[in-house]
Amino acid sequence: MSPASDKDGAVDGKTDAMGMLGFPDPGPPLFSSVTEVRERLAAVGYLADDGIAGVVHLADRLAKPVLVEGPAGTGKTELAKSVARVTGSRLIRLQCYEGLDESKALYEWNYKKQLLRIQAQRVVDDDGTKTGSPGDDDGAGDGVTSSWRDLEEDIFSEEFLLTRPLLEAIRSPDPVVLLVDEVDRVELETEALLLEVLSEYQVSIPELGTIRAQQIPLVFLTSNNTRELSEALKRRCLYLHLDYPSLERERDIVLARVPGVTEELADQIARIVRSLRTLELKKYPSVSETLDWARTLVVLGVESIDAEQAKATLHVLLKYRSDLERAAKELAVAGEDRA
Amino acid sequence: MLDVLTGFVGELRAAGLPVSLTESIDAAEAVHHIPLEDRDALKYALAATLVKSSAHWKAFETAFEVYFSMRGPQYEFGDDDSSTGDLDSENDNETENRGRGEGRGQGSGGGEGLSPEELAEMLFRALLSANDAQVAALARQAVSRFAGMEPGRPVGGTYYLYRTLRNLDLDRVLERLMETARASAPEGQLTPLEERLARDEFKSRLDRLRRELEDEIRRRLVADRGTEALARSLRKPLPEEIDFMHATRDELASLRRAIHPLTRKLAVRLARKRRHGRKGPLDFRSTMRHSLSTGGVPVDPKFRYPRPAKPEIIVIADISGSVASFARFTLHLVHAISSQFSKVRSFVFIDGIDEVTRFFENVDDVADAVHRINTEADVVWVDGHSDYGHALSVFWERWGEEITPRSSVLLLGDARNNYHASQAWVISEIRHRARHVYWLNPEPRAYWGTGDSILGEYAVHCDDVFECRNLRQLEHFVTELA
Ligand SMILES: Nc1ncnc2c1ncn2[C@@H]1O[C@H](COP(=O)(O)OP(=O)(O)O)[C@@H](O)[C@H]1O
Ligand SMILES: [Mg+2]
Repeated sequence: MSPASDKDGAVDGKTDAMGMLGFPDPGPPLFSSVTEVRERLAAVGYLADDGIAGVVHLADRLAKPVLVEGPAGTGKTELAKSVARVTGSRLIRLQCYEGLDESKALYEWNYKKQLLRIQAQRVVDDDGTKTGSPGDDDGAGDGVTSSWRDLEEDIFSEEFLLTRPLLEAIRSPDPVVLLVDEVDRVELETEALLLEVLSEYQVSIPELGTIRAQQIPLVFLTSNNTRELSEALKRRCLYLHLDYPSLERERDIVLARVPGVTEELADQIARIVRSLRTLELKKYPSVSETLDWARTLVVLGVESIDAEQAKATLHVLLKYRSDLERAAKELAVAGEDRA
Repeated sequence: MLDVLTGFVGELRAAGLPVSLTESIDAAEAVHHIPLEDRDALKYALAATLVKSSAHWKAFETAFEVYFSMRGPQYEFGDDDSSTGDLDSENDNETENRGRGEGRGQGSGGGEGLSPEELAEMLFRALLSANDAQVAALARQAVSRFAGMEPGRPVGGTYYLYRTLRNLDLDRVLERLMETARASAPEGQLTPLEERLARDEFKSRLDRLRRELEDEIRRRLVADRGTEALARSLRKPLPEEIDFMHATRDELASLRRAIHPLTRKLAVRLARKRRHGRKGPLDFRSTMRHSLSTGGVPVDPKFRYPRPAKPEIIVIADISGSVASFARFTLHLVHAISSQFSKVRSFVFIDGIDEVTRFFENVDDVADAVHRINTEADVVWVDGHSDYGHALSVFWERWGEEITPRSSVLLLGDARNNYHASQAWVISEIRHRARHVYWLNPEPRAYWGTGDSILGEYAVHCDDVFECRNLRQLEHFVTELA
């Protein structure tokens, strides 16, 4: 038993390596250094730390997909979008959901249009004017088959192909960032399909032949970790765990994303959120919630947060009643006046 | 570099991380694309290629710190060679090197001549002004002075850390920092919210200091003992391998963090198992019956599938001292995936026994319910020492009739009965009524039946007995159960 499985492993490795040989050219590097990644992302309002920037840099150099995992609202989706923006690439997004299949991820034939085309052909045939060779009795049979063959060729051509995001990314002549968002939602079979496309960067359509990528897209797969992804997919990818940002980075994110916020307020917001995340809560405030809170405070004209304002607006950050109560108590904003 | 990398990958594997050949090749290639002297970049590059689960990060980080502790801007490459010298002369060299490298902070030059009081004072000021470079320099001084490290002594890093921390008295430092913050506030007073924020800020600076101390101690241990030996002794178990019975506080915390994703994963896997495990042999009759609607053409074959009824689970758990965390994690896990069972009922005991099913009803957080068990369950009868015999006979008397042929009964505990009577007949009776009776023991198999453990007396009446020392074994058992 075990020698056989050993052998399987070896074969696997080899095909992988051979696949590499046929790879399209990854093209010139997009970034010259990790620092450059960070600076250019910052210029479009995405604040990355060295870990994030480092993985983006490597993904470009090694031409490997990145699997970004972490709690909701920590900037996974935004990272892919921002990388597309700074590299001037086209962003192609495949939003995953349970039940997503090949026909929605890769391609499908537009059968309605095909049916219409066949019907149109029949009308033409019945008129008996355009097709076949009138007067040539012997060739009648041939005429029908060849016209069917023509028709078949016709309806399985590009014109009737509905291109879905994966194929779109493979076919694009221009640089692409492919975002496969929330990949943990798809079924195992679709995950296997993804792995295949991301390993070979080619798609074969029986009726059309094989379509090879002209450039390797920069791929980001995001996951909220609701289930474990397959080992094979993880092996194929670089891995980035996106956690809640540090105090400094969160403050900078607030400054970059919320118009009208002062540095002092942003700092205070980041501090309070950091303290909240040290508590034992059911759901921790995410970066998007920090930003919502900051916007709320700016609209209310708050310049510096005191206990009253914190208490009145904390529900923007925390969604569970028990979390709200705990936070109010621990941060001492519960307000003694009510007691 | 390649050699170091090979050793490092070997260490990761030894620590239980599943690093494949492809991944180690990726890592070797990744290293070409980063500046070699940049230790952080190296760390992220290796993490991205070798570690594919956040649960493995801690183990990775420990191994990384040991293997690459001598790399970085302060150290030239090949520094490993000079580390064969004895510990003291090595220290002097390093301190000088670092002083030059950073070029700021008084920690560099005259540091050696500081009295303990001066050192403490400088550290306090560096912490107050958040001067990270100086905190780091002073941390190295503190280790030199307080840890009392001697070459060749087979003592763990935590021992040295403890000695250093005792001398630094960080609790006192925190209070002093708070006093200073209060004094400089308007009217000499902070609002409660400001108090909390200031305290959290100072705590995070103290955490950073603690990490600097740990790093320095580790560097010296590597210099003294060599990378491989040290890595082995520092190896951290993965969360799923942490022993329930001997977990430290930190480890318990990481177990608690691991259990939520685990329950989600299990629920999905079990639901899938139920969905897919359904195709049985072709059901000819049903196929023909259904084919009537298609004029007798059997277009839609029907399959016979055994529709396994969801089992009903009854958990009976010893929650006394040493096995308490095991019981808590098992109850947590079973209740978190209770939708996979038709019903879950839980009983906990020490020498008395109480039903705690109600704690788990209508709660949105199982952890809360588990917490209530500790404080509210009525489990002490005489003296609060485990008495399986008494607990089991009370169980039988009060609830025995409610066991049905659909019930799977799980008994949790080490069967250490303090030399009371076993009343093993209860298990035998339960077995007659129930579908299955399983015993889960958090002790290593080798200890079963030793001392006051009477597992053998119960085991003969069970369908099976499992060793359940960690989450991995527990997960395995639960998957089979549902
Ligand atoms: N590093 C960051 N820099 C700037 N904005 C960020 C950053 N991280 C998160 N955000 C903000 O948080 C919001 C949520 O991020 P998103 O990418 O949708 O989260 P996720 O995909 O992880 O659930 C985004 O709209 C973005 O504005
Ligand atoms: Mg998202």
